[in-house]
Amino acid sequence: MQALTNRAKQVDRAPMTFIEQLYLWNIVKGMAITFMHMFKKQPTIRYPEQKREFSPVFRGLHVLNRDEEGKERCTACGLCAVACPAEAITMEAAERLESEEHLYREEKYAAKYEINMLRCIYCGLCEEACPKDAIYLSETFTPADFNRKNFIYKKTDLLIPNPTTDAQGFAAAKGLN
Amino acid sequence: MSEQQLFKVTIDNITIEVPAGTSILEAARKIGGEVAPPAMCFYSKLKGSGGKCRTCLVEVSKGSEKDPRPMPKLVASCRTTVMDGMEVKNITSPKVVDARAGVVEFLLLNHPLDCPICDQAGECHLQDLSYEHGKEGTRYEFQRRKFKKHDLGPYIQLHMTRCIMCFRCVYTANQVTDSRVHGVLDRGDHAEIATYIEKSLDNDFIGNVIDVCPVGALTDKTFRFKNRVWFLKPMDAHRDCPKCSGKVTLWNRGEEVFRVTARKDEWGEVEDWICNECRFEKKNSSDWVIEGPREISRHSVISQGHYVNTVKPTETFLAVNDGRAPHLLLDIHSESDVNKPEIELSLINGPAHSNNFNSK
Repeated sequence: MQALTNRAKQVDRAPMTFIEQLYLWNIVKGMAITFMHMFKKQPTIRYPEQKREFSPVFRGLHVLNRDEEGKERCTACGLCAVACPAEAITMEAAERLESEEHLYREEKYAAKYEINMLRCIYCGLCEEACPKDAIYLSETFTPADFNRKNFIYKKTDLLIPNPTTDAQGFAAAKGLN
Repeated sequence: MSEQQLFKVTIDNITIEVPAGTSILEAARKIGGEVAPPAMCFYSKLKGSGGKCRTCLVEVSKGSEKDPRPMPKLVASCRTTVMDGMEVKNITSPKVVDARAGVVEFLLLNHPLDCPICDQAGECHLQDLSYEHGKEGTRYEFQRRKFKKHDLGPYIQLHMTRCIMCFRCVYTANQVTDSRVHGVLDRGDHAEIATYIEKSLDNDFIGNVIDVCPVGALTDKTFRFKNRVWFLKPMDAHRDCPKCSGKVTLWNRGEEVFRVTARKDEWGEVEDWICNECRFEKKNSSDWVIEGPREISRHSVISQGHYVNTVKPTETFLAVNDGRAPHLLLDIHSESDVNKPEIELSLINGPAHSNNFNSK
């Protein structure tokens, strides 16, 4: 039979000699490779102290954005939920009362907003669909947890800190410092 | 002349015979499909409607058999009757497509483009029209029209900024209801739909103005902000109503009836007018006899997640697991705040407010 490539090697099935049976040379060869690795660059990092840099397009945990006056941008239009391929987003809308005008940007707002992080695939389509710049995927992971129920993120978990009352938290969430 | 005279008319190279006195738009609708020009103000069930929005403009390239000269300008197809041997160009004429794009842009001049808030989004004719003509944005940078808030009672919400002045609701009130209390006040740029003295629209059948409104200017207050139409499941249903035919479309979510509307045909026109009681007060599924899911055009956002002719596989878990139910690691309904059974959004009169959610 003709070989397909010239790299094919015939397997040598001859019985090993006594020297070969001792495996000495092969052990030395293996040890040398292990030893060489001590001088190579380490691919691991010491995680909690050291952190890897994220790509600027990294898509992590969601945040619900506010405008400069601290009003919530989300109007519960449902476009993120309809765009979501994993059906992770649910919401309920309500009408803004006269006394709530400092809280919400438009007359309709999301009274309830939930993202099921167990379902979410971090594709960023919600961010793309949002007509109000209200939802963003931040450069952080969703923290690990022992309980499944802690992965149902409510509006309080998702909202960015209010820039008028908690300017520091807002800046930290935006990654400005 | 005992028989009705039939006129031969060619629209976009498709020939059809229609009785004399038919408008070009209705002849085109008989052919159907893309040949039919869009209409924002014309409503075949309302006498006298049409001729205001100019979206149905078509080019008449041959007037008739006897007078083959083309018409000098684009004509409004809803108000122009056909002649024998007339040749009409709709989507085959670049002039028409261009003019229609211009008309759409004019309609959007004073339109607030607040679709994320608007309840009509997803079934809005202006939204469809603007996306079909590639003019979903606007170049207008100036202050748009502003209006005083007008309260039209507990059933109907008026958003005058979204109105495109099609007059359909005025004709509806004239022709379908006993009395009309709203109308168009002022002229030109200041024209607005309102009641002259603050008065609520509550005569029977007035709810139909919601269905005829091509935009979100008149919307259902009992459905306001409750849900988006594309998350609801439209179901054909009927009930014995002493006042109207009782044939409606229910917009359900699970068993909850969020909204009741009339059934709309492929041109977005209602099949039967329905009364206020059916529309606003029957929000329990026990009030209705469900006929089945309503057919929605595949191109509509409302059809998202509605799968036709799918076969649902039978649940085999119980059979292979000796009749034991699966152990759920998380029951989403116990954890989620949305769709709480004690907060029945569909039964709240008018839009939900923060106190509806906080009190529970």
